[in-house]
Amino acid sequence: MNSNAQVATYSPAAAIPPAALRRHNLWDAVFRGATRAASVLVLLLLGAVIAALIHGSVPSFKAFGFGFLTSETWNPVTEKFGALPAIYGTVVTSVLAMLIGIPVSLGIAIFITELCPRWLKRPISTAIELLAGVPSIIYGIWGLFVLAPFLQKHVQPLVISLFAGVPGLSSLFAGPPYGIGTFTAGIILSVMVLPYITSVTRDVFETVPAVLKESAYGLGCTTWEVVRHVMLPYTRVGVIGGVMLGLGRALGETMAVTFVIGNAHKIASSILAPGTTISATIANEFAEAEGDLYTSALIELGLILFVITFLVLAAARLLLLRAEMKGR
Amino acid sequence: MSLMKKTIVRSLVLGAVAALTVPAALAADISGAGATFPYPIYSKWAATYKDKTGTGLNYQSIGSGGGIKQIKAKTVSFGASDKPLEAKELDDAGLTQFPAIVGGVVPVINLSGIAPGELTLDGATLADIFLGKIKSWNDPAIQKLNPKAKLPSTLVAVVHRSDGSGTSFLFTNYLSQNSAEWKDKVGAATAVEWPAGIGAKGNEGVSGIASQTDGAIGYVEYAYAKQNKMTYTKMINHDGKTVEPKSETFAAAAANADWVNAPAFYLILTNQPGAESWPITGASFILVYKKPDDAAVVGEVLKFYDWAFKNGQKAADELDYVPLPAKVVEQVEASWKANIKDAAGAPLWK
Repeated sequence: MNSNAQVATYSPAAAIPPAALRRHNLWDAVFRGATRAASVLVLLLLGAVIAALIHGSVPSFKAFGFGFLTSETWNPVTEKFGALPAIYGTVVTSVLAMLIGIPVSLGIAIFITELCPRWLKRPISTAIELLAGVPSIIYGIWGLFVLAPFLQKHVQPLVISLFAGVPGLSSLFAGPPYGIGTFTAGIILSVMVLPYITSVTRDVFETVPAVLKESAYGLGCTTWEVVRHVMLPYTRVGVIGGVMLGLGRALGETMAVTFVIGNAHKIASSILAPGTTISATIANEFAEAEGDLYTSALIELGLILFVITFLVLAAARLLLLRAEMKGR
Repeated sequence: MSLMKKTIVRSLVLGAVAALTVPAALAADISGAGATFPYPIYSKWAATYKDKTGTGLNYQSIGSGGGIKQIKAKTVSFGASDKPLEAKELDDAGLTQFPAIVGGVVPVINLSGIAPGELTLDGATLADIFLGKIKSWNDPAIQKLNPKAKLPSTLVAVVHRSDGSGTSFLFTNYLSQNSAEWKDKVGAATAVEWPAGIGAKGNEGVSGIASQTDGAIGYVEYAYAKQNKMTYTKMINHDGKTVEPKSETFAAAAANADWVNAPAFYLILTNQPGAESWPITGASFILVYKKPDDAAVVGEVLKFYDWAFKNGQKAADELDYVPLPAKVVEQVEASWKANIKDAAGAPLWK
């Protein structure tokens, strides 16, 4: 009662000295200004990057026009450049990474949140986080010295002979087994995107209210049915976000891919053959690129990667939007 | 409280002052940028030189292309390139160049039953292998060069550098001189459109893939081949003699080259005459301005290389580089005297 009475007589103007109030307002203004400046800085930086990329690719665009996107030539000696093999490699390795990475990541996330005994949760989660912390050069070296020889000796010969007689698949998995190539790059990338997708999906799976799941179990659903019909619809947005995060990493990954993809500016029908990606090409050739046209062609490649990433993000937004509409 | 604040402010000010004075203390240092190939020897020379004279060298190994860009942008006192610039490009930029160190490129193979140095190749055959025309190791062209060797029918797996590299330039330059088809179709540059094979990043990538793949052939810097005990091949040189890759044969190529008649030392040491000359040899070059804005620093650059030419042989040997032959050093220093002047027009090198 006593405190109530106090509140009733409490007059803000009398209790807070004007100087304190001014200081309070000032700090608020400063804080607002600082956060806004930080956000504007991001926009400015992005704008500057785009401007620099566009400016840098002008000579190459003048020389090759849109033919740059469809040409398969990459000849620094005659200065004829085309981006198609690099674009193709970037897309194919990322798709491979997603094909392998998404099911495994979702599997891990579901196991951790639903099925894992309590004592095992911590070790698996820690392992996933450690995997995210491994520098990409380490993945590259591991891929080159451990994974590639393993694939070359044990996996690729098997795959090649397995599909040898099957039309379509036989050219997709044609030899010789080099060990390195588009396929190996896809596998390395799938390992690299795994921690990203897993940790995001695990976190969103944790947010599914227990009551929803339990009522589904109560109706006699199997674990798979609960996952499929309760958890995934509930966490759709988060899961797509995690997948996009992984895809972003796969599209831009440079060092690990450079080591294992074989760096050939060619489009081969076989995914076992060497190929290249946009970021691998830039990393390989930028330092020693001589002449404006060569440098410019590499910068234009960077611009194309930028556009691809942007398109992927836009597609993800669209997907989310449609998912939300459907959800309503 | 205010005392503590004062202390903090004071230490910040002191820190800022210290940070500002550091560049002044380093002002005597030389800065250079460029080729990665000579980086180990330049940095070793620099460390010894700093102990002796107090003048340090800050060398960024960012690649030859980067070195050329940096010296043209005047952000460094000298640039370094594995590929010499042509006289016209030098003149346009007001630059001059000189060779500083010699090294060699060695074909390496991985073929079961073949020991290091057991196989001999020549330029035309090597070009056909890298063109993808020779597909298996028991090809008649290889057998003809190695009548005694038992060659398996293993498929040839070509491995080349994927990154732009002076090593690739020397190698493709050599192939261009020995094969008209290579010259027409591929040409010579730090990066080319490879007709066959796998691209691997760096010497370590090439040697990694070559050592894992049966039937592989690649090319690496000599030091790399030697230190990793890789299976190198012998080569038939310009004079038709079979030579082993070693310091002596690289030095022979450098000494037999016709530096006198090469304008601005524009000379690529591949395919040089002489019974002892290793055919895929190359020099790494230093680029400086003829009339540098920072004449005093460029003077220090010349002093450094003079010291290195005269005292750096042992360090070079240890790292499997080849120092410039004395005859060539004389010509280089004569060119300094003739070409590099300060603002008043007096030679920087006396």
